Amino acid sequence: MKRVYVNEEWCLGCHLCEYYCAFAGSGEKDMARALREIKISPRIRVEEHNGISFAVNCRHCREPLCVKSCITGALTITDNAVISIDGERCVECCTCILSCPFGAISRTPNGGGAIQKCELCVKTESGIPACVQGCPNGAIVFEDAVGRTVV
Amino acid sequence: MRYVIIGNSAAGVGAVEGIRKVTQSGEITVISNEPHHTYSRPLISYLLQGKADESKMKYRSDSFCEDNNCTLLFNTVTKIDVGTKQFTLQSGENLPYDKLLVATGSSPFVPPIKGLDSVEDRFTFMSLDDAKLLDSKLAPTKKVLIIGAGLIGLKCAEGILARVGGITVIDLAPRILSSILDDGGAEMVQKHLESKGIEFKLSSSVEQFEVNTAVLNGGEKIDFDILVLAVGVRPNVTLLKDIAEIDKGIIVNAKSETSCPDIYAAGDCTQSIDVSDGQSKVMALLPNSYMQGEAAGINMAGGEELKTVAAIPMNAIGFFGMKVITAGNYIGEVYSQESENAYKRLFFSDNRLNGYIIIGEVEKAGIYTALIRDGTPLDSIDFRLICENPGLMAFTKDVRKLKLGGFEHDFIS
Repeated sequence: MKRVYVNEEWCLGCHLCEYYCAFAGSGEKDMARALREIKISPRIRVEEHNGISFAVNCRHCREPLCVKSCITGALTITDNAVISIDGERCVECCTCILSCPFGAISRTPNGGGAIQKCELCVKTESGIPACVQGCPNGAIVFEDAVGRTVV
Repeated sequence: MRYVIIGNSAAGVGAVEGIRKVTQSGEITVISNEPHHTYSRPLISYLLQGKADESKMKYRSDSFCEDNNCTLLFNTVTKIDVGTKQFTLQSGENLPYDKLLVATGSSPFVPPIKGLDSVEDRFTFMSLDDAKLLDSKLAPTKKVLIIGAGLIGLKCAEGILARVGGITVIDLAPRILSSILDDGGAEMVQKHLESKGIEFKLSSSVEQFEVNTAVLNGGEKIDFDILVLAVGVRPNVTLLKDIAEIDKGIIVNAKSETSCPDIYAAGDCTQSIDVSDGQSKVMALLPNSYMQGEAAGINMAGGEELKTVAAIPMNAIGFFGMKVITAGNYIGEVYSQESENAYKRLFFSDNRLNGYIIIGEVEKAGIYTALIRDGTPLDSIDFRLICENPGLMAFTKDVRKLKLGGFEHDFIS
């Protein structure tokens, strides 16, 4: 099972992952056009402090507290072990935000009335998550979970 | 193996999914006294508000029973016989069980107020049927009186405000949402609700009803057309009376076991240890219900990884766009942060975070919840940083590596 992993030692704090994420979710073909004059609302967010930076997105936990806590059933674990959000069934109660130990779930922008989270780009055309493709320094990788810590 | 689950809400569904995580064999029978597909109880206010319909309220897909190979009976269990390991249905039938889960939920408490019987249109607000009954009486000319400024009463108020001619909420407590907010937080939410047109009478109670008039303890009279009683709920425990240990709720341990062998309990009908203060209490909240149910299911099926639940009180609730998230207990020293649209209080003592209240800017609140649930020693993180801004940055580099998926040897060495 491939997952997105982050190595903070390689992170430049350039925030490109956030822009690529926002672009991937936009459905547009041209990045500059898609992101022009908008405040992006990416599903991956860079934390920065005192010269340290790293990107955080959904860990796709094996025992996901967000899915177990979801009051409507809008959050589910799909067959490929990706934690998926059905925006139609979500009422933005924010119980998942209350539950996620990584702070990886956010509200949709402009009062969209639902939550958003990383779905490993399974709902976009690309086979590889956009944040991974867009990271210029290999700080975000898409690799097999084997041998890694499991959350 | 015959698994029997009494209750078809979050805890019951959690148990079905827990059992099926362990084994595909064995008969699962779910018994529901509500004649509906499993639905999300908290969505009844969204139904009245028009933000959800009955189809969207379904907690699991239509094929849930088929997918999980379980049988759903619309019936009521009236008796459990531990000696013969049988239970009795209202229809008179006796059926056997090997492992039984009681997930019977809770019922609205109806206070004994003088003259209550004289009120024609009076409702509780707990079930889909309650909501449908209330729905049928709503009209733009009608004035609504809600007794109870807790989660249920206020979500009801939000759900119906646009459809009625005015709402007054009465509570005995001096502040709204008294079980989850402090004075400052309650004031902020109350002002927001008042700005939308809801009126409050706090530190007040109804002495008596005279048909469509409520007489308050101070003598004031309030006329209304519709009465909603939302003063609280009581765990449904009677099935296990004289069978298992019961206090306010059915006592369960972290494996969702009752004191009676082969009988488990989960959800709003139970009482368990709050890991944030070590006290045994009823924590009637959907996430806890699901996780207790799931743990029960895994344990009923003899799952290898014996599941336990670390329950704490926690709530995420919103009113007209204002989000409120709270968790744990409000004891110890206080960290405060406040602006016009945001309110934060963190409560800590003995090197642990005990609880928090966040209104407005709720993102990443789960990082605080995890500190409480895990009992993270505050001297192992940058507590000042995390107070200001919840994030993984406050953890040590090694812990961050673990959390963001470093190799195991990176962490252990």
